[in-house]
Amino acid sequence: MSTTFTEKILAKYAKEKKVVPSQIVTVHPDHLLTHDNTSAIIEKIKPDLEEHGVYSKNLPIIVLDHVIPASSEKIAVGHKAVREFVKKFDIKNFYDIGYGVCHQVVIEKGLALPGQLLLGSDSHTCSYGAVGAFSSGIDRTEASALLLTGETWLKVPQSIKITLRGKLPPGVYAKDVILHIIGDVSASGASYCSVEYHGDLDQFSVDDRFTICNMGVEMDAKNSVFFVDNTTKKYLTSLKISSSSYDAIYPDKDATYTKELEYDLTSIVPVVACPHSVDNVKPVNKVKDVEIQQCLLGTCTNGRVSDLKIAANILKNKKVHPNVRLLILPASKDIYDEALKEGVIETLVRAGGVLLPPGCGPCLGAHQGCLAPGERCLSTSNRNFKGRMGCKDSEIYLASPATAAASAIYGKITDPREVIKK
Amino acid sequence: MKIWHYGDNINTDMLFPGKYTYTCSKPEEIKPHLLEDLDPSFAKNVKAGDLIIAGKNFGCGSSREQPVVGLKAVGVNAVVAESFARIFYRASINQGLLLIECPDAVKAYSEGDKIELDVNNGKIVVGGKVFTFPKLPKEILAIRDAGGLLNYTREKLKNK
Repeated sequence: MSTTFTEKILAKYAKEKKVVPSQIVTVHPDHLLTHDNTSAIIEKIKPDLEEHGVYSKNLPIIVLDHVIPASSEKIAVGHKAVREFVKKFDIKNFYDIGYGVCHQVVIEKGLALPGQLLLGSDSHTCSYGAVGAFSSGIDRTEASALLLTGETWLKVPQSIKITLRGKLPPGVYAKDVILHIIGDVSASGASYCSVEYHGDLDQFSVDDRFTICNMGVEMDAKNSVFFVDNTTKKYLTSLKISSSSYDAIYPDKDATYTKELEYDLTSIVPVVACPHSVDNVKPVNKVKDVEIQQCLLGTCTNGRVSDLKIAANILKNKKVHPNVRLLILPASKDIYDEALKEGVIETLVRAGGVLLPPGCGPCLGAHQGCLAPGERCLSTSNRNFKGRMGCKDSEIYLASPATAAASAIYGKITDPREVIKK
Repeated sequence: MKIWHYGDNINTDMLFPGKYTYTCSKPEEIKPHLLEDLDPSFAKNVKAGDLIIAGKNFGCGSSREQPVVGLKAVGVNAVVAESFARIFYRASINQGLLLIECPDAVKAYSEGDKIELDVNNGKIVVGGKVFTFPKLPKEILAIRDAGGLLNYTREKLKNK
């Protein structure tokens, strides 16, 4: 057989017995994700929509999250156009401002299931491998075409097998693992490839897997995937999704990979991605004492309750350094709600955190939390490109929620293990 | 024809800053901000027929298509790179922007070299040396030949 996960799933959606790398197949995805960019996407095909309508009202998932609440009249007009489109074409899965970041909403509303194929006009659509789905990013024009026809082409990728062995030490998290991997393979290390995770994976919750898959695109992977196991099943059961409603797909034991990598988790330490590229990864100790003025805790990469809890445990009964602005960005309304109930938000706000509405804004410099020239931000998000947070003369460092919380207390990049120890 | 020469990992924020993503979608809005944080002289001086040559992973990062729409709108003839990030690659097919993946040609280039393209025969001449690049698969050429994905889609819907 010797078939990878992605070959199996693409064969299934292409209705072929077997597909091979480099083959081009036509697929009908289960869902198409779009967000604030929906207004630009439908604008391109206005007359076509009048004539043909949408391919299926069940295909789109639309989440307003990138610039919310609207920051200007122009943005508000865009949001309004999206709401009118949703109404006119009776789109089934629409989440207005406040529900959260699209990728989190897709997963927690059970819209991405094991064995499904999803595409989205956002590069971090690759997150849904966390629950055993195939998912990948596309551009706006392709999203327009998909709205009309429900189909597109995909090139069958080669696959990379990454095996994670051993147990992560205390103070080291999934974010450190994925940054360590990207630092190792480089920002183009998985170009045009699918990435499969194998090994000692019981220690990684669906939240952790989300963080790891979310950042797959930062090594240019087409998709990343964790296979369905008890952790996935338990998570989906908590969403009231029974195992009979999905089709878990696993690679063959003798599947062929273009590259096989193994990492010893026991030797991984807290790391940061330094400016201005995600693969510029250094142990936190090599950059400690670098002063920061802002900390962004949250986003679709690290904005789940488990992440906020890690930070809250560190910040409990402490104060954020007076030179630091700590921004709290929960990934969704449901997370916000649970974090409220559990007192996590209270802890973070009492420590000096500023709570933002669940969305994307600061991460890409589109809304709130913009930096000034000469400032540095330590962020739990996924990109530290020059200018990413709205100012080309500022710097962004990426790290885990624990490193972010510890650094917020001291006003400089700090190893979380030193704070946890105390 | 001017050749604009850049390095590895030229990302979408360098090509078109994220802060404009939700306020600029049309070619005329995009043009003044092209490559703003990478090379402020680009938007002012780029002319139709110019060429970009760059290293590995050109276009990495976001799925935003404004860089592609913008480069096409100002008339950039082609981007030649050692490799492209995959969403950018797809976006370029969809807009009909010519991308040429040819690491040897990029490595052979030094400032001042002349570059000639023979797309139909898959050839690129850099400083007098000839390099070849593979033809796109027929499914992809069909999209480009139709003048981009939306035209291709409209033809498909008409024939249904």
